[in-house]
Amino acid sequence: MANDAQARREPADVLHFAGLTLRQWRWLWLALGLATAAALPWTVSNFTVFQFTQVLVYAIAILGLNLLTGFNGQFSLGHSAFYAIGAYTAAILMFHLKVPYFWTLPLAGVICLFAGFLFGLPALRLEGLYLALATFALAVATPQLLKYKAVEHWTGGVQGLTLKKPSPPFDLPLSKDQWLYYFTLLVGLLLFWCAWNLVHSRTGRAIQAIRDNPIAARTMGINTAMYKSWTFGVSAFYTGVAGALGAIIIQFVAPDSFTFFLAVLFLVGSVVGGIVSIPGAIFGGIFVTFIPNISEELATQIPGVAEEAAKGLTWTVYGLFLILIIYVAPAGLAGLLRMLLPRFVRR
Amino acid sequence: MDLFIQQVLAGLANGAIYAGVALAVVMIYQAIDHFNFAQGEMAMFSTYIAWAMLNGGLPYWLAFVATVVVSFLGGLALERIVFKPIQNAPALSHVIVFIGLLAIFNSMAGFIWEFTIKPFPSPFPSAPLFGNTLIGTHQVGMIGVTLIMLALIWVFFRYTDTGLAMRAAAANPDSARLVGVRVGWMLALGWGLAAAIGAVAGMLIAPVVFLEPNMMAGILLYGFAGAIVGGANSPAGAVLGGFLVGVIENLLGTFVPWIGNELKLSVALVLIIVVLVVRPSGLMGQRVVSRV
Amino acid sequence: MHRTFRLTLIGSAALALASGAALAQNKYGPGVTDKEIKIGNTNPYSGPASSYGTIGKAISAYFKMVNEQGGINGRQINFISLDDGYQPPKAKEQVRRLVEKDEVAALFQTLGTPTNSAIHEYMNEAKVPHLFVATGATKWGNPKEFPWTMGFQPTYQTFGRIAAAYILKNHPNAKIGILYQNDDYGKDYLHGLELGLGKDGYKKLVVSAQSYEVTDPTVDSQVVNLKASGADVFYNITIPKFAAQAIRKAHDIGWTQVHLLNDVSGSVSAVLKPAGLDKSQGIITAAYLKDPTDPTWKDDAEFKEWTAWMNKYYPDGDKASSFNVYGFTVAQLMEQTLKQAGNDLTRENIMKQAANLKNFRAKMLLPGIQVNTSPSDFYPVEQMQLQRFEGETWKLFGPIFNADGSTS
Repeated sequence: MANDAQARREPADVLHFAGLTLRQWRWLWLALGLATAAALPWTVSNFTVFQFTQVLVYAIAILGLNLLTGFNGQFSLGHSAFYAIGAYTAAILMFHLKVPYFWTLPLAGVICLFAGFLFGLPALRLEGLYLALATFALAVATPQLLKYKAVEHWTGGVQGLTLKKPSPPFDLPLSKDQWLYYFTLLVGLLLFWCAWNLVHSRTGRAIQAIRDNPIAARTMGINTAMYKSWTFGVSAFYTGVAGALGAIIIQFVAPDSFTFFLAVLFLVGSVVGGIVSIPGAIFGGIFVTFIPNISEELATQIPGVAEEAAKGLTWTVYGLFLILIIYVAPAGLAGLLRMLLPRFVRR
Repeated sequence: MDLFIQQVLAGLANGAIYAGVALAVVMIYQAIDHFNFAQGEMAMFSTYIAWAMLNGGLPYWLAFVATVVVSFLGGLALERIVFKPIQNAPALSHVIVFIGLLAIFNSMAGFIWEFTIKPFPSPFPSAPLFGNTLIGTHQVGMIGVTLIMLALIWVFFRYTDTGLAMRAAAANPDSARLVGVRVGWMLALGWGLAAAIGAVAGMLIAPVVFLEPNMMAGILLYGFAGAIVGGANSPAGAVLGGFLVGVIENLLGTFVPWIGNELKLSVALVLIIVVLVVRPSGLMGQRVVSRV
Repeated sequence: MHRTFRLTLIGSAALALASGAALAQNKYGPGVTDKEIKIGNTNPYSGPASSYGTIGKAISAYFKMVNEQGGINGRQINFISLDDGYQPPKAKEQVRRLVEKDEVAALFQTLGTPTNSAIHEYMNEAKVPHLFVATGATKWGNPKEFPWTMGFQPTYQTFGRIAAAYILKNHPNAKIGILYQNDDYGKDYLHGLELGLGKDGYKKLVVSAQSYEVTDPTVDSQVVNLKASGADVFYNITIPKFAAQAIRKAHDIGWTQVHLLNDVSGSVSAVLKPAGLDKSQGIITAAYLKDPTDPTWKDDAEFKEWTAWMNKYYPDGDKASSFNVYGFTVAQLMEQTLKQAGNDLTRENIMKQAANLKNFRAKMLLPGIQVNTSPSDFYPVEQMQLQRFEGETWKLFGPIFNADGSTS
C-alpha cells in the first residue's frame, strides 16, 4: 500500500480545502471523532451512554450488511437471523455455561461466520430479488426456530433468557454503562479498522469487482463463488458479533426481539447511512436509534391532533422521514457528504 | 383420507388468499422490476375505503367498483408523486421508500379506523355450496375471482396494445422509448393496476381474516412466497404458487408430526429456497437472459 | 400506625433541621413535587401489537380526568407514555429513559410479557415501582425475588385452572381439543389447564393440542384437525381475530362441542359479532371486567359513568373495545395507590401502598370482585366468574372463582 501511495498521488492528496489536503482532513475528522467518542461517557448521563452503546452495536451490524450488499452486491433481508444467532450464542454461553461475556464475542462471530458461509453457498445460485426472498425467508423463520420445542431447554423458549449486567474489570472507576460503552467502542473500532483494510486490500477489490461485473471478474481469474460465500460469512460474522454485544447490553434475549422487523431496521440503517460506505454504518446506527424517538416526539406536535391520538401517528412521521431522506440523499447520508464535499474543495 | 381432503380444501381456500396477493405482487414486478413491500398495506387501506363506503350506505357492488377505481387512481398518483422524482435512485433506495409507505399506511389506518377487528361482507351467499361443509361458498367464489383476474391479466398483456407497451417498457425501457412508448406513464399504469388488483384481493380476503390494520402482515409474506415459487414474472405461476403454498403448508402441519403447526411456515420457506436453488426462475417463470 | 407516625416525625425533624424548610411533612422521592407526580409507561403504539395501544391512550385519558378534577391530593399526574413497538430492546431503552432521564416516581402498566421480561431485573435493581403490569403471566407476583414488580389482571393460569375445574365437574370424560397461540401467553394458559387437571388428567383428557403463530393468516387448518381428533371440549386460547375465525370455522364445518373461550377474547363486539352471534351460542368464558358491548350493563351505573368518561375524555376511542374498559379500571388502582400514599411519595411508600389495597372496588370489575394485595400477595385481581353466551349477551353463572380454581 505504501508503495502504491508513493507511486501515484490519489485525489485525496491533490484536493485542497482551507490549506489542508483531503487526506489530512480525513485524519483530522477521524481524530476528532475518536476524541468525541472517548469523551462522551464523561459528559452525558448513563442513559445517553447506553443509547450510544446501542448506536455502536447497530453500526457494527449494519457494517456487516454494508460489506455484503454495498461492496459485494448481494442483497440480504435476513441479517436479523445472524444477529439472533450471535445474541443467542452469547446468552446461552453466559446463562448456561457461565462463560465470561467477552469470550462470547469471538465464539458468536465464528459460529455466524460459518452459518453465513453455509447459507452463502446455495445463495450463490440466486440473484438479486431471489436472494432477497431467500434471506427474507430466513428472517421470518428465525423466531419460530428459536422457540422450537427441541431447543427450548437451551433458548428458554418463548420466555427467553435474562442475563446479568457485567461490571468493569480491574476496579476501573467506571459505571457499568460507561464500561459497556468503552468495551463496545473498542470492539467496534477493531472491526471497523478490519473492514477498512479488507475493503482496500486485493481481496476487497476482488469483492467489489464481482459486484460491478461478475463475468469480467471471473475471466480475470477471480473465484467468484468462493469470494461471494466468504463475503456472506464475514458479513454474518460482523452482524453476529453485534448480536452478542446487543444481548450483553440489553441483558435479555427472546424470540420477539429478532423478528423480520429487525432485518428491516438493519436495511433502513444501511441504506440511509450509505450502503457503499464504511463510516456510513455509523450514520445508520444513529438513525435507527434516534429517529424513532424523534418521530414519536414530533407526532405529538402535530397541530389539531389530541395527544393520545397522536401516539398512533409515530410511524407516519417515521415513514415520512424515510421518504424525505431518500429524496435528499438517494445514496445515503455518507453519499450526500461525498457529494457535497467537492463543492468546497479546490485543486 | 377424509382429513386429507379437508386439509387440501382448507389449503386451497388459504391458497386463494395467497394467490390474490401474489397476483398483485407479480403485477407490480412486471411493471417496475422489483417487489413492493407496501403492497399489502395498500390493499388493506383500499379495503378500509370500501368498508367506509359500505358503512356510509353504498350497495356492495357500487362500493366494490368505486374502491377499485379509487385504488387504481391512488396507485397511479403514488407513482407520479412519490416515485417519479427518485426514478434514478438505486433500487435499494426504492425499497426504503416502500418501507416508509408501509409504515405510513399502517399507522394511518390504525389512526383513522382503530385496531378492533371489523367484519367485512362477502359478495357470495352465506349458505354452504351444494350443502357441503368442506369448503365455504366465499372461498369457492374467491378462487373463481382469482382465476378470472388471472385471465383478464393474461388477455391484457397478450392482446392489448397497452399491455404490450407495458411489457416493453419494463423489459427494455430505452428501446421502448425509441418506438414511442411513454415509459413513465407505463410505470404509473402498472402501479395503478397493481393497486386495483390488490384492492380486489383485500376485499375478498377481509371477509375471511377480518379487517384490521395488521391484516396483511402475515399474508404478504405468503404472497411473496407464492409469487416466487411460481415465478415472479408469470401471473399464472404466481396463482399456482399461491395455491401450492397454501396446500403444502397445511399438509406439512397436519401430517408430519415433527413439523406440526410450529414449524410449518419455516419448512414451507425452506422448500421455497430449495425451489429457488433448483429452479431459480420459479416453476413457471422465464429465465431472463441478460447481455453483457 | 403509631410507629410510622413517629418515624415520619423524626424524618421530618431531620429534614427541617437540614433544610430549614417549612414543608417538612411532605416526603418526596424522585419524580414528585408539590405540584405533580410523574408516572411512566410504555405501550405498543406501533408494530404488530398496536391493537393494545388503546390501553395506554385510555389510561392517559383517565389521568386527564383526574387532573381536571384537581389531581390526587392536590398533585397533577404527569403520565408519560412511550412507544416500545412490542420490541424488548426498545422497551428497555424507553424504560431507562423514563427512569433515568425523566425520573418518574413509578412505572405503571407497561404492556407485554417479552417487553416486561426485558426490564424486570432492571426495575428491581433500580428499586423503582413497576406496578400493575399489563400481562397475565404468572411471574409478576413474586415479591420475594422481585419486590418492586406487581401484576394486575388474573394470571393466564387462573383461567386454565377455572376451565379445568369446570371440565372436571361437568364433563369428567371429556376429550379436550386445544387451540393455542405459540408464545408465552398461549403456553401459560396451557400450563394453567395442566395444573388444574393434574399431569395425568391432562394426558388422559387432552386428545389434541394445535398451535398457531400470530403471522398465520387463518387457523382453519388447525380447527379441521381438532374436529378430526374427535374432541368434544374446545379449549380456545386465541386473541380476538383468531378467536372469531375459530368460532366461525368450527360452526361451519359442523363441529359442535363445549367451547371454553379464553377471557382475552370475550368481547361481544370484537369477537362474537364478527364471528356471527348465531355461531357463538353456548360459548363459555370467564371474566373479571364488564364487557362494554354486552346489553346486560346498559342501565348499570358504572357502565354509564364509563360511557360518559369515554365521551368526554377519549372521544376518539372505540367504545366497543374492552381494552378501553381495562385501561379505565387499572388506572383506578394507580389512583388509589397514590391517594393512600398521601404526602409520603417516596418510591418505597408507593410500593408499600400498592401492596396494601384492601377490598378496593375498581369500577367496571364484575359485581362481587374486589382488589386485594398484601406484602406477600402481588396479584391484585384474582377472581373471575364464568359466563355463557345466550342470545345477544353473556349470562353470568355459578360462583366466583379464586386463582387456584376454588370457589369462595
